Amino acid sequence: MTRVLTGSDIENILSSKFKNQIEFIGDDYVQVINKDSLDVFNYLKIDQNYDLLSSVTSVDRISHFEVVYHLTSLQKNESMVIKIKCGADRIDPNVKSVVSVWRGAELQEREIYDLMGIMFEGHPNMKRLLLWENFEGHPLRKDFVS
Amino acid sequence: MSTELVTMNIGPIHPSTHGVFRMRVTFDGETIIDAEPIIGYLHRGSEKLAEERTYTQVVTLTDRMDYTASMTNNQAYILSVEKLSGITPSERGVWLRMIASELQRIAAHSVAIGFLINDLGAWHTPLLYLLREREKILELFEMMCGARITNSYLRPGGVFMDAPDEFWPSLNRFLDEMPNRLDDIENLLTDNEIILARTQNVAILDKNDAINASITGPMLRASGVDWDLRHRNPYDYYEKISFRRPLGTVGDNNDRYLVRLHEIRESLKIVEQCLDLIEPGPVQPEEVPFLVRPPKGESYVPIEAPKGELGFYLVSDGGISPFRCHVRAPSLINLTLLRDMVIGYKIADLFVTFGSIDVNMGEVDR
Repeated sequence: MTRVLTGSDIENILSSKFKNQIEFIGDDYVQVINKDSLDVFNYLKIDQNYDLLSSVTSVDRISHFEVVYHLTSLQKNESMVIKIKCGADRIDPNVKSVVSVWRGAELQEREIYDLMGIMFEGHPNMKRLLLWENFEGHPLRKDFVS
Repeated sequence: MSTELVTMNIGPIHPSTHGVFRMRVTFDGETIIDAEPIIGYLHRGSEKLAEERTYTQVVTLTDRMDYTASMTNNQAYILSVEKLSGITPSERGVWLRMIASELQRIAAHSVAIGFLINDLGAWHTPLLYLLREREKILELFEMMCGARITNSYLRPGGVFMDAPDEFWPSLNRFLDEMPNRLDDIENLLTDNEIILARTQNVAILDKNDAINASITGPMLRASGVDWDLRHRNPYDYYEKISFRRPLGTVGDNNDRYLVRLHEIRESLKIVEQCLDLIEPGPVQPEEVPFLVRPPKGESYVPIEAPKGELGFYLVSDGGISPFRCHVRAPSLINLTLLRDMVIGYKIADLFVTFGSIDVNMGEVDR
């Protein structure tokens, strides 16, 4: 059975090196600070063996946007959830792209940019994935009226 | 000798692209030097539509994602809803949906193999053999729930109706016949010289590259990684079931074909074990309300769909419809490495490789 780490389990893993990076500890996730988030992901991938990025997705929380990462370690058979809050408000949400850590984020981050309008800094090919280039707006935002 | 490069669009309407899929490919003679997948032609905004429907109504949207594997889509969604709202499913309901999802896996792999061989140029004969077997499964589904493709069979807590009495003898007949039919197909295809020449050592996918690119399912196992969520994270009652996990050694197109073929046999064994363990009882617990209203929270339950890890990330705000419903679509993510896999090969290998990845455009675009 895959062990799903609780918020305090994740905190224990991160606290030795990234105590200041932790922004909030939830029941089953940890929210890390947007700045220098790649250091945390590199540490989780290389030192903690979280080699499979299960999924990247985003949620429109009305007051702000957040990006949600589901990580899995094939070797340890464990999974964890890391979240990043993209700024304090809805204006220009952006996070660092994790493509340099996990290639698997390539198409998923493009999809998030397309549908939710979150920019990923450092993505090799940041353009719309599903909708056409001249499309106005980002449909998964709560203020998008279809 | 330098030659002029040619850029060509393949698709969006093309018999070998399994739906509306476009590739912008740059050739040097017949050799591929760049390939860019362009998708979105079948985008229906399922994730946005889900935000305006009740939790039960969303089941019908999941059918239309990977339309060759509706039952497993239903299962992934329902498992996530059950975790979010704390519903314990009834035992018979779980066994029925396990039977349904394993039959669906056989049907989906049959389609994958059939169209892969079709892409190789063996027009229609092997494909029709496999579609004939799939047809029997669709008839079984029709008995179970009245629908063949867009089943919407599962509900939070189990399934919406029990299988009728005449379903069980038909299922047993199918289980008796199918291994012989598989032998026929294997005799016809597995050692076929042309198929071996076209698939062996083509588009080799390295283990570590595959894991790094989040590739899952038969594609990952063909590269030799023993990662099957039915075994590593047994959802439903998979921990009571024993089955082998076929693994590839090279990670080429032939391995991806073989892994799927062997998985069909294992799925047959799983259905047989489910038949031994299923017992009479209600198919859905009575206390499950018609309008599911989960508490605030979020859930993600990955399952092993025919194409790979499929999971629904649901966020609830306490209302009657999901606040956010994200689909982790294996078809989309398995396409990440398409470009790297085909560069340096010939144009004819492009379709074989694309066929062996086995994507479904309904799931890629959603």
